[in-house]
Amino acid sequence: MTTPKTNKQDVDKVTGVETTGHEWDGIKELNNPLPRWWLNVFYACIVGSVIYWVLMPAWPGLPGIGGYTKGTLGFSDRANVSKDIAQLQAERAPLAAKLSGADLNTVEQDPELMQYAFAAGEAAFKDNCATCHGAGGQGVKGYPSLADDVWLWGGTLTDIRHTLEVGIRADHDETRYSQMPAFGRDGILSAQEISDVTDYVLNFSGNSDAGAEALSRGQEIYAVNCVSCHGDAGLGDRTQGAPNLADAEWVYGGSKAEVMTSISRGPFGVMPAWAGRLDSSTLDALAVYVHSRGGGE
Amino acid sequence: MSNKSQSSVEVHNVKAVNAADGRKFYKKREPIYPKRVNGQWRKIKWIAMIVLLGIYYGVPWLRWDRGPFLPDQAVLVDFEGRRFYFFWIQLWPQEVFFITGLLILAALGLFFVTALFGRVWCGYACPQTVWTDLFIAVERWIEGDRNARMRLDKAPWTWDKVRKKVSKHIVWLFIAAATGGAWILYFHDAPTVAANLFMGTAPVTSYLFLGLLTFTTYTLAGTMREQVCTYMCPWPRIQGAMLDNDSLSVVYRHDRGEPRGKHKKGEPWDNRGHCVDCNACVAACPMGIDIRDGAQLECINCALCIDACDSVMEKVNLPKGLIAYDTEANSIRRQMGDKPVFRFVRSRTVYYATVFILVSAVMLYALVNRSSLDLNVIRDRSPNFIQLSDGAIRNGYVIKAINKTGEARTVTLSIDGPESMALTGLGVAAHDGVVDIEIAPNAVRAVRVFATMPKGVAKETNDLTFNLVDPEDGSRRSAAATFAGPKS
Repeated sequence: MTTPKTNKQDVDKVTGVETTGHEWDGIKELNNPLPRWWLNVFYACIVGSVIYWVLMPAWPGLPGIGGYTKGTLGFSDRANVSKDIAQLQAERAPLAAKLSGADLNTVEQDPELMQYAFAAGEAAFKDNCATCHGAGGQGVKGYPSLADDVWLWGGTLTDIRHTLEVGIRADHDETRYSQMPAFGRDGILSAQEISDVTDYVLNFSGNSDAGAEALSRGQEIYAVNCVSCHGDAGLGDRTQGAPNLADAEWVYGGSKAEVMTSISRGPFGVMPAWAGRLDSSTLDALAVYVHSRGGGE
Repeated sequence: MSNKSQSSVEVHNVKAVNAADGRKFYKKREPIYPKRVNGQWRKIKWIAMIVLLGIYYGVPWLRWDRGPFLPDQAVLVDFEGRRFYFFWIQLWPQEVFFITGLLILAALGLFFVTALFGRVWCGYACPQTVWTDLFIAVERWIEGDRNARMRLDKAPWTWDKVRKKVSKHIVWLFIAAATGGAWILYFHDAPTVAANLFMGTAPVTSYLFLGLLTFTTYTLAGTMREQVCTYMCPWPRIQGAMLDNDSLSVVYRHDRGEPRGKHKKGEPWDNRGHCVDCNACVAACPMGIDIRDGAQLECINCALCIDACDSVMEKVNLPKGLIAYDTEANSIRRQMGDKPVFRFVRSRTVYYATVFILVSAVMLYALVNRSSLDLNVIRDRSPNFIQLSDGAIRNGYVIKAINKTGEARTVTLSIDGPESMALTGLGVAAHDGVVDIEIAPNAVRAVRVFATMPKGVAKETNDLTFNLVDPEDGSRRSAAATFAGPKS
């Protein structure tokens, strides 16, 4: 070992130690000995790093060859993550099975099951549902809110679970299906008739300022074209997904122009059938989560 | 080595390991053979060792009855259950600030004591000092005192030397393993985990930590000793900031001792100092230094040199205290011919004491006013609010009701807010505007609740307060929240 270069001329008077010759504003660095064990730790680290290269993935491959040195221990982060996920699923399996077997209506009374269903449902909701229905299920124009008390196809846990399974106007044998005609586009009603019936529909919720004459014209058109699905008082029909026209909620907007657009084009909202895409216990969890958003019946 | 025909005092052939003329680069550790001393400070150190080791090894075995649902260990850090138990106190993870406060108190206490009495922590209470002291005692018990140990190390390898060395390391390893083992006991039910450790059925982490702490105890107290204090520990560097000219430290009194020199029995003490240059202080020093070189980084103020010197002073019929607890200011006063003064009340000590009392008071207040009930409210932000079919406005909240007792309880949740506001919950019974929530012992229950206001009443922001009350013992917690409505 070579002795570090020191300044033999410059010896600190107080301690009698040579300095390294480094000086900052009159403060000089003394050249005190480094403990032997410290030095040995440094050498041990060098040896350790060489051992690490052998045992663990360390060096990238040469250009053109690619790959990397895999190390003799066979360590792989990717494999570890897969293992962790499998372990996590195994740990969750008992609760998932309990949820699958449970009557959904009792889940909310069971804190443990509720906590699991809520967390699992929230995760599944954010992955699969939030794109259309929003992060908290608040919906946007054209995509119904899941947080309010308005349900096109029913808001009990069983109804929600079934809707999730079969979808709406989706590729499933039992899918929930209905179709409102495109009264304007298909030439069933004229523009004036659509305006009149819109006034009549808006009047259900007291939001129309049209005169009695227009309303009576609209009533006639409504009685012929709309009443079979939406009902005499415009309360809708859940068996065919016909929305309530008398409440404050409008999936496609509640201004006169928006309602006229809906009547003219005939809305045809679609939700995929989730059976087959998500497993049964995830659907249960999703139903509980959606039900818990605030509007569940 | 000693010359008893001329003097009653044994003279030791020993040199300080950090002596200025012996310094070399990449110097090997010089073995230190501390000599046994007797005296009042040694007695205090024995007592401190017994008390501190007794606390460390004994506390996990203390029991404390907390009812059927909670562990009965007096001091337990329960990572699995996420609780910290300390006798009658039970802390939850969100109350970890009490631990922070305790660490702040420990730091302030250390500053205060250091400013008052110097490095008493280093000398008496630091685990490094206590365990090193214990390991040296074992070494002395098996291999003999200083001279015998030096002879043994120089001697060729004989059966007797092997026997002594092996038995010393076995006892050391046993103490080290007991130290590592006792650490584990603080994190699990002590009797169970102790049995499991022997049966081989304890968790892997227990064995890992047992091994780690056995290794560190064995190396730090057995083989590294004073090097830990000199090279590894940051405290000797920091504590310079707490010391001043009036801080107590172990000091050799130059004014009385110099000029030093050998002394034969019956010789007069005129025109010379009281130091007989017997090196007893150096031989006794576990750090291997010479206290007569003045204040040094290496000195841990263990006061063993005081005892060593006092017994020599006794033999030569001179007053004790040539080496004593003293202050820098006093040694200057003595040189000027003034009387020594000990000033314990100084702005520094007053500041440390004031801050210490202040922090203690705040912590005590917080501890005494801790409720056995806790409440957290998280309002839905997405959506901010919901309009219902009749135009009413509803906000969703997740209520976390926390029961810190060992018994199940039913508490009621109510709201203080605009009069028209109604409260409902999911999976809980609502009646008369309040919601009943059952909480399991020692548990958190998350419940979704909804506050609803009729059409046209809600402002853009409305204030409300959630109240959680236990009707049985009257304990209550409140949490402020807001209720969002549409822009008007």
